[in-house]
Amino acid sequence: MTARDFDAIIVGSGPGGSTAADVLTAAGWSVVVFEKGRNHLIDTGDPTRLSTDFSNDEIKFMIRHFLGPDPLLEPRTFRREESDGDRTHVGEVNNVASTVGGGGPHADGKVPRFREDDFRMLSEWGPVEGASVADWPIGYEDLEPAYAEAERLIGVAGEAGANPFAAPRSGPYPMPPGPPMYGALITSDAAERHGWHPYPAPTAVNSVPYDDRPACNNCGFCAFFGCPIHAKGDPVASLRRALLTGRAELRPETFVSRIMVRDGRATGVEYRGPDGQARTETAGHVIVAAGGMETPRLLLLSGLEHPMIGRNLMFHLQTYVMGALPVRVHGHKGRSVTHVHDDFVVPDAASLAAAREAGLPWFKGGMVEHAGPAHPILEAKLAPWGPGHKDAMRRSQMREHLWGFCMQGEDLPQPSNRVDLDPSVRDVRGVPALRVTYRPHAHEQAASAYYGPMMEDCLRTAGAEWALTYAAPGAFDPVPMSRHVAGTARMGTDPAHSVCDPWGRLHDVPNVVVADSSLFPTGAGYGPTLTLVALAIRNMGALAPHRGG
Amino acid sequence: MAVWLTDGQYRIVQAVCARLIPTDQDPGATEAGVVDYIDGLLGAFSFDPPRIWAGGPFSGRTGGDGAFASFHRLGPLDELAWRTRIEGSRGLPEREWNGPVRGLQEIYAEGLDRLGADFADAGGDEQDRRLRADEEFTRQVYGHACEGMYGAPEYGGNRAGLGWAYIGFEGDVQPRGYSDEEVSGP
Repeated sequence: MTARDFDAIIVGSGPGGSTAADVLTAAGWSVVVFEKGRNHLIDTGDPTRLSTDFSNDEIKFMIRHFLGPDPLLEPRTFRREESDGDRTHVGEVNNVASTVGGGGPHADGKVPRFREDDFRMLSEWGPVEGASVADWPIGYEDLEPAYAEAERLIGVAGEAGANPFAAPRSGPYPMPPGPPMYGALITSDAAERHGWHPYPAPTAVNSVPYDDRPACNNCGFCAFFGCPIHAKGDPVASLRRALLTGRAELRPETFVSRIMVRDGRATGVEYRGPDGQARTETAGHVIVAAGGMETPRLLLLSGLEHPMIGRNLMFHLQTYVMGALPVRVHGHKGRSVTHVHDDFVVPDAASLAAAREAGLPWFKGGMVEHAGPAHPILEAKLAPWGPGHKDAMRRSQMREHLWGFCMQGEDLPQPSNRVDLDPSVRDVRGVPALRVTYRPHAHEQAASAYYGPMMEDCLRTAGAEWALTYAAPGAFDPVPMSRHVAGTARMGTDPAHSVCDPWGRLHDVPNVVVADSSLFPTGAGYGPTLTLVALAIRNMGALAPHRGG
Repeated sequence: MAVWLTDGQYRIVQAVCARLIPTDQDPGATEAGVVDYIDGLLGAFSFDPPRIWAGGPFSGRTGGDGAFASFHRLGPLDELAWRTRIEGSRGLPEREWNGPVRGLQEIYAEGLDRLGADFADAGGDEQDRRLRADEEFTRQVYGHACEGMYGAPEYGGNRAGLGWAYIGFEGDVQPRGYSDEEVSGP
């Protein structure tokens, strides 16, 4: 065997890739982490120093793509179905931040665990026509130790026992919950009066100093903003540990364009660094953690031909129910979301009857976040121009009074929902853009139609003068925007129906290991981050003794 | 002193912004200098580093050093993206990986021409009529006007925080943040 540059090449520095780097370097591996975005997270020369680039700046983060990707440089394309033609939309398609730390810096850090039945949807709830519902090859009990480890590593604040629907835990959360937001207290009270069970959102935001990082000070620039004081448990913790071993190298602004495969084994990758020159690097393993959309793109760019690559693409069908509360809820004070409830994740007799009426055997909703919009440019752009503008902004029906719910509706996997390569649109490097073909299943639409009015009623109980429901993607805006992406390299035991084995290895190229939410056979009604980190802890731990390949 | 707009264009943009976000008992776009935000965006590459992304982590408004005014350096791809977005692709092959791109400078120059050289001196009703007749351009300017009214002052608009003050928004608050009582109380 020839000398290799690294034991492993890791593609992507988000929660999955950073976790892989942490676990593998702790086991003595040498790794290089390629990240196509820029580095605003950590000083690679001195990993004890964290970056100062993040700020409370709506223009920089919400309008000017500071965390990337810039949709001009890296367009994605979209169509609802093949009969739409090559595409109906070019630009931003459910973009997650493309930067060192991946989606971590931009997220507001809600990190719930999945429940037991999320791992065995087929045997628990059964098949649904038109969907490829499947059991995971592992159960909650297999993942519980890794969940606990993930919560400890990234630092999660929460209250064990507060959610009656939660799966059993081996221990408490590492930190207590942070302060509840005023609006969330109002809607939590109303939700309890409706018989629901709101609880403090498990949040990867420090409520007390933790892991050499300070407690959150409630600045309110949380979701979509990097944290200026690094109180968020984004991947900075795992990345810092990996770099401090001296066995990890981080290369930002470096785009991996192909995994080189010979005789069923990966030998390394082709990449382009900041200077644009194409180069190669070799390694015993390639860990792919580029996210649920870029991971299948890279597998397809590498010429891998498994027919399931890119299929079963899942987002969340988000049901927003918003109403105007008479009081000023000041959603800009606090950490975006402090309360959630899981009552709609669990089917009951009434929801099963509603499902049958909709022609479905069952449906599930998703975790419901209690939240409201917080920032003035967003509000202003939706306000009228002219004489009414100032009054609208002073009354602030949106920023100061709008409050409500966002249900992260579980999206069923469908083989026809997929990522593939656009036939002609290219990124700035000349590499084919990824194309999304996606339309929701009747399942998630029926769940949204069922739970939406219940949430509207609850908002009226909370005092809202009016309430309205908007489900996304919907008829007017079919392009998904949930930022939650999964399923495009699903794992399973049967190589005919899954891309990866139960340890995340490609069936066809076993020294390529996927370490992100692409692995998920089903998507659950919860954000994917903690589960993909736990999977990476489990799978990389199993890989670690096999450094030689 | 305008950065990119001509004196005539500057007057028109200022007049447009005054119609979009008028002055009433509270300051409007005129007092907040929204035109300077737009001029600063169109002329972002007149500065080094270009005025695209303000610095961090703090502005100095609630403590810490005032770092917003030190704009980030752009990497080669970021510069390519923002030059293309602002200046247009101008037939340059390196800017046309997916075909030609119209730049903001061209969009503004043509839009302001359509509004007419006499726009700033026309009556309010006539100004509104012209703005409504050119809905797409007006929408674009309005979006920028909102950014200039309610974005960080370091980008050239929201002078002295006037846009934030009249709506009771405190703007960026790091490193002070909000107390637990401010978060949980009315």
